[in-house]
Amino acid sequence: MSPPPPPPPASAAGAALPAPAGGGIPAARSAERIKDVVFRWLLILCIVASAVLLGTLFYDVIRDGGSKLSLDFLTSQPSRLSTRIDSAGLASALSGTVWLMAVCTAFIVPVGVATAIYLEEYADNTRWYNRLVEVNIQNLAAVPSVVYGLLGLAFLVRGPLSLGRVILAGGLTLGLLVLPVVIIAGREAIRAVPPSIREGSMALGATKWQTIYKQVLPASIPGVATGVILALSRAAGETAPLLIIGAAGFVAFNPDGLLSEFTALPIQIFVWSTDSQDQFKTLAAGGILVLMILIVLMNSVAIWLRNRYEQKW
Amino acid sequence: MAPSTEAVSSPGAFSAPGEVSLSYRPRRGEQVIRVLLAGAAGLSVLTTVGIVVSLLLPALTFFKDVSIFDYLFGGTWDPRISKEFGVWPLINGTLLITGIALAVAIPLGLGTALFLSEYARPRVRRAVKPVIELLAGIPTIVFGYFALTFFTPNLLKDFAGVDVGTFNALAAGIVMGFMVVPTIASVAEDGLSAVPQSLREGAYGLGASKLQVSLRVVLPAALSGVVAAIVLGISRAIGETMIVLVAAGLRPNTGVDPTKGYETMTTYIGATARGDIPTGSLVYKTVFAVGITLFVITLIMNLLSIRFVRRFRQVYE
Repeated sequence: MSPPPPPPPASAAGAALPAPAGGGIPAARSAERIKDVVFRWLLILCIVASAVLLGTLFYDVIRDGGSKLSLDFLTSQPSRLSTRIDSAGLASALSGTVWLMAVCTAFIVPVGVATAIYLEEYADNTRWYNRLVEVNIQNLAAVPSVVYGLLGLAFLVRGPLSLGRVILAGGLTLGLLVLPVVIIAGREAIRAVPPSIREGSMALGATKWQTIYKQVLPASIPGVATGVILALSRAAGETAPLLIIGAAGFVAFNPDGLLSEFTALPIQIFVWSTDSQDQFKTLAAGGILVLMILIVLMNSVAIWLRNRYEQKW
Repeated sequence: MAPSTEAVSSPGAFSAPGEVSLSYRPRRGEQVIRVLLAGAAGLSVLTTVGIVVSLLLPALTFFKDVSIFDYLFGGTWDPRISKEFGVWPLINGTLLITGIALAVAIPLGLGTALFLSEYARPRVRRAVKPVIELLAGIPTIVFGYFALTFFTPNLLKDFAGVDVGTFNALAAGIVMGFMVVPTIASVAEDGLSAVPQSLREGAYGLGASKLQVSLRVVLPAALSGVVAAIVLGISRAIGETMIVLVAAGLRPNTGVDPTKGYETMTTYIGATARGDIPTGSLVYKTVFAVGITLFVITLIMNLLSIRFVRRFRQVYE
């Protein structure tokens, strides 16, 4: 999320290149010009392709599931009976997702911010172990989500912690998965606070931690918050890790605590869309709509925060 | 909190109320905080260690039962019935679908990046960026649903008239390609915009057209960024689970026919590692053996990508 690079002076340069007097063969030049235009349209086509796919996807989901969007759908429990398909809803999935997000937030905010502060303010980049931490985080950001699922299964659900397939295990698995997003966003936000602020604070006699706590952190809160929300919106849509830690069971009750079994929106969507009976596809599409509205809302808040509170130094 | 001051009567001309003691006083609190912060950073290293340990331990006991040679070079994957553990069909499926995805994602991603960094004016950028960000924000289960319920039946079968199965590599691959576009576009764009303006201006000064500047100057100059983007895209495609789990089927086929369904490494893990498999059973262990295979492949890709990104940062910054 770096500021946009300076606009290339290109739009002017391409069109307004004055033809050199007497130089160049006219035919070759106009061929060059045609290639130029064709290439520009090819590039535009690349973006149009993505936009068309997005449009088709939205069309498909709204066509299939638009009729499902109602308050009843949000407040009634899922059912396995195809006879009760009209009254089935995603109450347990929605509240499961809310619980997961709460656990996830409680984990990623302190750990992510602390890591970002350490790497930006304390770590000496010439030390091998600090560079190791950095490369490690970059790699963790790209580790497949199934692998986090296996970690959760072997360490949290079974093995050393043996929590079972509960909210706490699911939330922590998702937290580990999106932690790199928070750390990377947090580091950028902290780096954007100019050194003069720190120097001013130190010059007034504040200690290093006082400077960080009273000056650097408050100034970087919008950036950190943006990163946290983006991380949560990614976590909300993650299916594979939850599937692997065993959340795919049929759960028709809302979780009532950290150690409660659960289902979640993406899991419920997966269960419905892979059901052999086609009627369940409508439910899946309805669930997708709810999930996407949730994610778009979260992203909008993040973008709004970024634009509203971004400080120019 | 002001630093502690000691009231020492100063004989100097300035009759300040107090003078700051410059003598050394250890600040335990500061040190504790530093250790706590370093501990948080250490947690991310612990995560990696945790991943390696949790994958390796069951995988090692798996390789006690099944020889690693049979695993890597065996041609049949049937862990439940005939107990054959040749991983090749899973790798075959992964490679085929990744290949289809890249055939879509590389041109579209690089085209998007080139357009954004070389052609688009700020206003156009502001209009195009949200499309890419939206694409990046869509959960992969949604792409899977789309591939299964629309792309295969409506687009491939009815519209294009391709004779594909309900579960097939083609739809999963193409849709996965669009999922990877934002990854490739954003990393490649970082690389392209790190190319100094002077290179472009020099080329324009010699009479180059915009096409020539983009393809023959900027793209080669940003090669390490472009390679990093592609490698990261490969890593994302190999590790993607939900699209293939929903839309590519669970049949461990070999070959390159994209109209058939295939099982990939990730779909095997996703379909097998559910809550009900008993810890320590052979099937439980296969999941981790396939998991560590997947982890090692993506680790190599990620490290390559990190290295290439560092290279373009060093060259131009």
